[in-house]
Amino acid sequence: MTTQTSVATLQPNKTDGHPLLDIQGLTKEFGGLKAVNNFDISIYRGELVGLIGPNGAGKTTVFNLITGIYGATAGSIRYKDTQLIGLQPHEITRLGIARTFQNIRLFPTLTVLDNVRIAYHTHAGYSTFDAITHNRHYQKAEKELTEKAQEFLSVFNLHTRQGEIAKNLPYGEQRRLEIARALAASPELLLLDEPAAGMNPKEVASLMDLIHFIRERFKLTILLIEHQMRVVMGICERITVMDFGEVIARGTPEEIQNNEKVIEAYLGRGAAALSQKLQEKRSHVAGS
Amino acid sequence: MKIDRQTLGFWIVLLGLIILVQVLVSIGILSPFWETLLKIGAVMSIVSLGLNLIYGFNGQFSLGQWGFYAIGAYAAADVTYRWAQMKNASGLMVLSLVVLLVGVALFLIAKLVSRMRGLDPLSAFALYIIGVLIAAYIGVQLGILLIIPVTQALSALPPNLAMQIVYLLAVLLGGFLAAEVSYLFGLPVLTLGSDYFGIATLGFTIIVKVLLDNSDTLLGFEEMKGARGMVGIPKTTSWLWVAIFLILVIILLRNLLHSSHGRAIISVREDEIAAKAMGIDVAQQKTFAFVLGSFLAGLAGGLYAHINGFLHPNTFNFIKSFDPMIIVVFGGLGSVSGTIMAAFTWALVLEGFLRILLPAGFETWRFVVYPLFLLVMMLLRPQGLFGGFEFPYLRQVLPKPYVPRTQEQISLVHAVEDASEGD
Repeated sequence: MTTQTSVATLQPNKTDGHPLLDIQGLTKEFGGLKAVNNFDISIYRGELVGLIGPNGAGKTTVFNLITGIYGATAGSIRYKDTQLIGLQPHEITRLGIARTFQNIRLFPTLTVLDNVRIAYHTHAGYSTFDAITHNRHYQKAEKELTEKAQEFLSVFNLHTRQGEIAKNLPYGEQRRLEIARALAASPELLLLDEPAAGMNPKEVASLMDLIHFIRERFKLTILLIEHQMRVVMGICERITVMDFGEVIARGTPEEIQNNEKVIEAYLGRGAAALSQKLQEKRSHVAGS
Repeated sequence: MKIDRQTLGFWIVLLGLIILVQVLVSIGILSPFWETLLKIGAVMSIVSLGLNLIYGFNGQFSLGQWGFYAIGAYAAADVTYRWAQMKNASGLMVLSLVVLLVGVALFLIAKLVSRMRGLDPLSAFALYIIGVLIAAYIGVQLGILLIIPVTQALSALPPNLAMQIVYLLAVLLGGFLAAEVSYLFGLPVLTLGSDYFGIATLGFTIIVKVLLDNSDTLLGFEEMKGARGMVGIPKTTSWLWVAIFLILVIILLRNLLHSSHGRAIISVREDEIAAKAMGIDVAQQKTFAFVLGSFLAGLAGGLYAHINGFLHPNTFNFIKSFDPMIIVVFGGLGSVSGTIMAAFTWALVLEGFLRILLPAGFETWRFVVYPLFLLVMMLLRPQGLFGGFEFPYLRQVLPKPYVPRTQEQISLVHAVEDASEGD
């Protein structure tokens, strides 16, 4: 299995001691509702970190705060040496943070190729004047840009579908295209918002392989939101669990799996007690 | 650059049609009535292409196009009127210096504002207004100083050539003035959502019309004669002039849209949040599309003013501001070819044939006929007559299929193909 070997070889680079992304005391209020309350997380270069929690826990709000779509009520988000709070979304993307969306947001009526080429716009490297005159500089830059975009598509096995309209692609390919587009923005930190939503177990497995592959190839640091526990357990080195806007647990997948608070958040108090009883019973049976 | 056969065919047909019309006009087969309609068709093409850039490609519903058209028309008309009737270059010099200095001021203030983080939009807007007013005042004073030497220099040229030069500059200045006004107007308004933006731009068109109604008293331009209508504008817009401008506009738009900048403009229409997340400065793209679209409206206004030699504020009534909207929707949002075809159809069929075929008094019925057309259109073909169709030259050409070249690319494709076999 490629999955396990790559986890073993890619240890997070904590030697320099500086997290790539450092969030401290992040709070977001919508009216009286605290969607995110005092949220902390540190992500080091090369890590694959999972952010999980039940529906409405505030995971996507954290993403929207990092990418600047919402302004934070309080707290700090540091990326490398830059404070992200107060920056515009496009400025944050240009610093090297790209994301995908929970409910796929492609450019629906454009071709697959153009979806990726738009994300490469900030690296296009020619002025409006070059564009209007179609001069030699434009020709050269546009050719390079197109080839680069096609290469991104080839990573996701979409290069044969470059001329298709994005909304006509099957669901799984739309997901892949969205990740390809995010990569075209040349990120160092990739935020994936429920990439496995609506996929069957087989598709999920191949998606997880893909995530590992791009992480190695593009030297990415990845923060992954997932709603289903199973998915993150397999691939993340560290997991942070949220509920009602607060962090309720952090640790390795094994630690999280046995954390009472997490089980409670996912299943409710009664069910948590039941599952504990079941576990005790099982260990009892195993013991005797 | 290699030109494929279809593109060559497109240019031959286009240039052939333009020359054919010119020949027919010259030998007198095409009456002045039809010639005027063809010119108006070309002018409407330019206005509507500007609107299509704003609405069809950038996704901002705007009814302000007609207001910028009016600004361009009156500005250009004033310049040539002063040259033709008052025999001096006062309009030309004052307007060109105002446009130049205001442009410089806008550019500098934009740089300043982008450096000052956290400046609230209203303060920034106040800064812009103050800067523009100062620049305009200095422009007027400097322009007045330059009137006499420039008038003498132009008078030394053959009168016909001097007229054409003044005319060409006037049309361009009309466009630039409209662009600058649209930049200022867009600053506070473009941050609104699309529907609110539409209403605000409708308000703009109404304001412009009311100002033009009172242009002689309120604005102090005696020669515009307010609601009585401006007469005595030289009729310098020939078929060749509009054709040249139309071709240039088509090339400009086509080249822009087939570039990364054009794709950035389109991405705003497709999904604003996704565009932001891909590093596109959405506010900048909206401003760019709006200013360029308004520039085209101003340009077309300048051309229009010199077709009949007569301007009346009622031409710029807000009801008529729906004409370019109808053309754009008819031709197909986001279709350059469709817009041009619809504009000529609008001019020749609705303004031409129907006027001849139907009895007098048809004008009253026009606004019953248009909406009915639009209604049927929306029911039967909501994507517009041409939908996504483009003529060969305007069509987006898909690049060649991807062939991995370097060893690394080849191994990558193989690896991906192996991995996805299990799907």
